[in-house]
Amino acid sequence: MAKSIDVSDLNIYYGDFLAVQGVNMTIRAKAVTAFIGPSGCGKSTFLRSLNRMHEVIPGARAEGKVVVDGQSLYEPSVDPVAVRRMIGMVFQRPNPFPTMSIYDNVLAGNRLNSKKMKKSEADAIVEKSLKGANLWNEVKDRLGKPGMGLSGGQQQRLCIARAIAVEPQVLLMDEPCSALDPISTSAIEDLIHELKSDYTIVIVTHNMQQAARVSDDTGFFNLKATGEPGQLVEFNPTKKMFSSPDEPSTEAYISGRFG
Amino acid sequence: MTDTQTRVPERLPTAMPLQAAQLPSFAPLLAVVVSGGIGALLALLLGWGPIAAVVVGWIVLVLALPTWSAAVEGRRKSVDRLASVVIWSTFGVALIPLVSLIWQVVSKGIGILSVEFFTYDMRGVLGAGGGIYHALMGTLIITLLATLIAVPIGVLAGVYLVEYGKGNRLARVITFLVDVMTGIPSIVAGLFAFALFTLIFGPATRMGFMGSVALSVLMIPIVVRATEEMLKLVPDELREASYALGVSKWRTIVKVVLPTAFGGIATGVTLAIARVAGETAPLLITVGSTTILNLNPFDGRMATLPVFIYSSVTTGGKYNAEQLDRAWGAALVLVAIVMLLNLLARFIGSIFSPKTGR
Repeated sequence: MAKSIDVSDLNIYYGDFLAVQGVNMTIRAKAVTAFIGPSGCGKSTFLRSLNRMHEVIPGARAEGKVVVDGQSLYEPSVDPVAVRRMIGMVFQRPNPFPTMSIYDNVLAGNRLNSKKMKKSEADAIVEKSLKGANLWNEVKDRLGKPGMGLSGGQQQRLCIARAIAVEPQVLLMDEPCSALDPISTSAIEDLIHELKSDYTIVIVTHNMQQAARVSDDTGFFNLKATGEPGQLVEFNPTKKMFSSPDEPSTEAYISGRFG
Repeated sequence: MTDTQTRVPERLPTAMPLQAAQLPSFAPLLAVVVSGGIGALLALLLGWGPIAAVVVGWIVLVLALPTWSAAVEGRRKSVDRLASVVIWSTFGVALIPLVSLIWQVVSKGIGILSVEFFTYDMRGVLGAGGGIYHALMGTLIITLLATLIAVPIGVLAGVYLVEYGKGNRLARVITFLVDVMTGIPSIVAGLFAFALFTLIFGPATRMGFMGSVALSVLMIPIVVRATEEMLKLVPDELREASYALGVSKWRTIVKVVLPTAFGGIATGVTLAIARVAGETAPLLITVGSTTILNLNPFDGRMATLPVFIYSSVTTGGKYNAEQLDRAWGAALVLVAIVMLLNLLARFIGSIFSPKTGR
């Protein structure tokens, strides 16, 4: 069920401002792809353009091709809502729905799309998703409690459970661990390893060790120069990236000699 | 132990001292009592009234407490004491009309409350007896209808302004018009409803529904404003979380945004109801007044509590005392309804506010 993503000549704009220019890459199915780079270089912007979340911001648009499973996402006939059902997303800050219980949060994707299902079916989805997000044992006795009552790390895993409950093809993660402590981070990294067998995962991270630990491929984004748009500097398997990168600027960034 | 403490400043003469002289904790109370005493004493000696005594006592307090504080504690704390005195006094002044109003209404209105007062109308009653059943039901029916008109329009307009308009030209025009509507005098809203129904049904039309339309004109801007402010408070992250699950915009608004803001919107609606429940002028123009019970808001005059109070007070004549008693009783009931609505608003707000589970 996992799908690969082909990106060609993608330019991303906020109004007239060109934020990311000329990205070409192939994101492999059933693998983890990490994006690293300094702040403001367009990693998150690029990630959000992969499931058309980018255009939620007024004035934002993208030109170029993003092809998933032979379908170009930016064709005029494509429904962004359908795209987002296929490509799920986890955000930087945990954002469970405050009015819903843990149980309802997991089912939110199904319920909000007014999918009718039996109680047993719903129970099965909740258990499967929470187990998939490594949260089941911690919350199975308090599924009716509000999702906001969990700790930050648990909330983030709840958001992952919510994202995988709708069974997407691809899971995008925008710095999912940046608000979390090392133990929760490690729990989520373990989870990423497990999810890899079923999903294509794309993760943005500021933590290079994390990129080295969890990813199979790594993309390095950087600004061309101050005030210029961001671009993809190098895209290679993670092992090569962290041992013998092609570009000298990649090596400088990874080894901490940047700027 | 005390020795070491007193010696600390001597040992470190240049360091910043953390301890300083303070007025005793009962100092403000003492100052209030003493200055109040001075005011009362002067009033007794010179034959002033109570208001002069309070004013003189207050002036003494404003001068004395900061001066005493300046002498003992220094300038910063003295200014703090002065500000505290001013803030507490303005708070007290603000409470005076509220407390005296409630005292007046309760003390004058409580005597007439009885089962008869709530269950009889005024058909054929001249002197004592009779009740406000007709006016109570009229107020409830007309306000309920006004709410039914105003809430859907107001909430949906607020949703448009926040979720769809986002500062485009139409949204700016609507915001401006809503602001203008907020300032419309209630009598103008009444005239609007009067003119509207006269155009449609011909002259001399009287029905409760006219009053509902007039009141809804007053309610809509309040509801729009409350909805707009509450929806703005819903974080964009929740909308994005919902979009990322493949939920359409409309369902996101209905299932995620509105429930999150529900407590605040319900509070705003309830306060809007409380605000219009006591309106007199538009109802006087549109609904008129009657002495008998009329439960049909689409046919004929209806009595309402504010208009009942108005007509009871202004009729005069032989039974003036009984009419005044009934007016105070109706006023007490009206104030009680408004207060209950406010309590209800707080209750709704606390029930539907997002829960943390902690």
